[in-house]
Amino acid sequence: MKLTTTLVAAAAAAAFSVGAHGATLDDVKAKGFIQCGVSTGLAGFAFTDSDGNWDGFDVTFCRATAAAVFGDPNAIKFTPTTGKTRFTALASGEVDVLYRNTTWTLSRDVDLKFSFLGVNYYDGQGFMIRKDMGVTSATELDGATVCIQTGTTTELNLADYFRANNMNYEPVPIETNAEAQQKYLSNACDVYTTDASGLAATRATFENPGDHVILPEIISKEPLGPLVRHGDNAWGDIVRWVLNGLIIAEEKGITAANVDSMASADTKDPEVKRLLGVEGNYGEMLGLSADWAVHAIKAGGNYGEIFEKHIGENTAIGLARGLNQLWTKGGILYAPPFR
Amino acid sequence: MSSTGQPPPEPFRVRQLLYDTRYRSYTIQIFALVVIMLAFAWAIDNAVRNLAALGKDIDFGFIFETSAYDINQHLLDYDSTSTHGRAALVGIINTILVAIMGCITATVIGIFAGVLRLSRNWVVARLMTVYIETVRNIPVLIWILFTVAIVNEALPGIRSFRGEDAMSGLLFDSVFITNRGFYIPAPVFEAGSAVVGAVLLLSLAAAWYFGRWARVRQAATGQILPVFRVRLAILTVPVLLAFFAMGSPISLELPALKGFNFKGGIYMRDSLIGLWLALSVYTGAFIAEIVRAGILAISKGQTEAAHALGLRPGRTMSLVVLPQALRVIVPPLISQFLNLTKNSSLAIAVGYMDATGTLGGITLNQTGREMECILLLMAFYLAASLTISGAMNAYNRRASLKER
Repeated sequence: MKLTTTLVAAAAAAAFSVGAHGATLDDVKAKGFIQCGVSTGLAGFAFTDSDGNWDGFDVTFCRATAAAVFGDPNAIKFTPTTGKTRFTALASGEVDVLYRNTTWTLSRDVDLKFSFLGVNYYDGQGFMIRKDMGVTSATELDGATVCIQTGTTTELNLADYFRANNMNYEPVPIETNAEAQQKYLSNACDVYTTDASGLAATRATFENPGDHVILPEIISKEPLGPLVRHGDNAWGDIVRWVLNGLIIAEEKGITAANVDSMASADTKDPEVKRLLGVEGNYGEMLGLSADWAVHAIKAGGNYGEIFEKHIGENTAIGLARGLNQLWTKGGILYAPPFR
Repeated sequence: MSSTGQPPPEPFRVRQLLYDTRYRSYTIQIFALVVIMLAFAWAIDNAVRNLAALGKDIDFGFIFETSAYDINQHLLDYDSTSTHGRAALVGIINTILVAIMGCITATVIGIFAGVLRLSRNWVVARLMTVYIETVRNIPVLIWILFTVAIVNEALPGIRSFRGEDAMSGLLFDSVFITNRGFYIPAPVFEAGSAVVGAVLLLSLAAAWYFGRWARVRQAATGQILPVFRVRLAILTVPVLLAFFAMGSPISLELPALKGFNFKGGIYMRDSLIGLWLALSVYTGAFIAEIVRAGILAISKGQTEAAHALGLRPGRTMSLVVLPQALRVIVPPLISQFLNLTKNSSLAIAVGYMDATGTLGGITLNQTGREMECILLLMAFYLAASLTISGAMNAYNRRASLKER
């Protein structure tokens, strides 16, 4: 009788653990760090600083995830991926999560079999052109030579846009941002097109950023966010809720500086208590420690802090919050309730 | 294994498979074959299982779906509503174009550099040594990036041809060399140009026939005819007569600046030019060494004998040394042509849309069918390489020593 009970319990435990935790979470915990796929170098989003450390908007989200899982934002390794290699890197298991300005589309979700876990930046494709060309609208671009990064939704949007507006263009497909930039600056292209955030980031690195304008037309919806492989639900949940947690933290005014004092019993707001692990067992549900969100927020601050530090209006990139403002302040950034 | 006249065969024993030299080689070969097939089976099984584990099947249906992207250089009709299959075809034609252009220029560069490296002129010989040693010791990808960067950075931009003190094009404003590539006049064929074309074909045949007749005559009588001059006349005079008789049916369309870019004429893109030059110069250096080796392989006695017969150095080279050297040169030359064709797959680094850029690049990326795209790509490069090697081997059989 006792033996049977033990066996049943063991079987149930085994079944439960298979159901609750996908392979990646176990792998990540076993190896002790997260392998995060990022861009090969895009100012503000993912770049290496003068000491060779990765930093940037996307990188900080990766670090927050590592902090949530291991309590240490440095328990992470970065794999730079190009637009072309990123999906193969993720599908083959070379990276555990991809935080690389990747647009959420149906075919990527369904056909490539990845799970998108939310949106960390709402973007749209734009055009950058030299000011002295005198072009003020994308509808005047008939016949232009356009530099694009290959392996992105960009080239498809571009083909659609020019076809819809009955214009011709000469596409120059380029593999990385750095080479596209060189082509554009040497005047081998009239126009450079990519996500508007990427354009701003690229322009910030130019010698005379003021000589270039970003045209007002935004020709696509580009919700950029993290993704993992299909079937990795437990691992995906963690990445998703780290992102949501950082957004909720901004909503609730939890910052890297005050997170420790907020994570005490004196806090009134029950949602803050739940998020920071003072109340409930939400960490346990995710398979993490109770104070995972405290570590995640300490890694780089809440969503707003990360935004302002790397790509906000006071940085060289100078992006306005725009759509990426909280829903309470006129944007569409909206995290599901933490309960 | 002829066993006639041997003592009556002994009954076969299994150990003979290992210890009898008559059977041992078969045993080893069959064993090796089994091992290799097992290795392949394991690899294929592994791939199929892993794809199944990822929930992916093998499906080539994407070839017939709309590609939705544009390709800048397309020699076929193509736009973003065409299929992925057509995009792949456009890429394949682009690969073939740059490979053919590259093979021709590389051979010309290689022969010149190889012969000149053996020159008795110290400066010329050293210059060629420097060219060969620098070029072939730097990876070809770097050369490709370098040449395209030179085209982009050093040549004048489109805007230099615009405005008040605009630059004018070369050759009476018909050729424009810009950092986006070269714009050259394009021929426009009107009614009657078919006649000119037919005359040209006839002239080609006549010139070829004349060359053969002159050779036969020289063999019979020893008289040398001015073959080159006569051929030139055969090729040009009738064509020109036909051209004017039909009222100049072929005209040139000149490129002209319109909007952002030049319109009209033929546009050779910066990526094509850079890739072509880089591949030619790089492979040319290897071919130069092959040519030099071929020439050095011909014993000095041949040259001396030719000189003793009163042949001038140029004729000695073209009539005595090079034909014999070809036997040594052609087989390694095949490898160089194959290398050039395969190296052209680096084109994507500079935005030239070859087969790797379309089928193995954007199509692969947009459809997510890595396995299928790479298999198709491998099949294409294999077919291209086998074709080149087949053609060159046929030529090699012609050039090789005929034992009569």
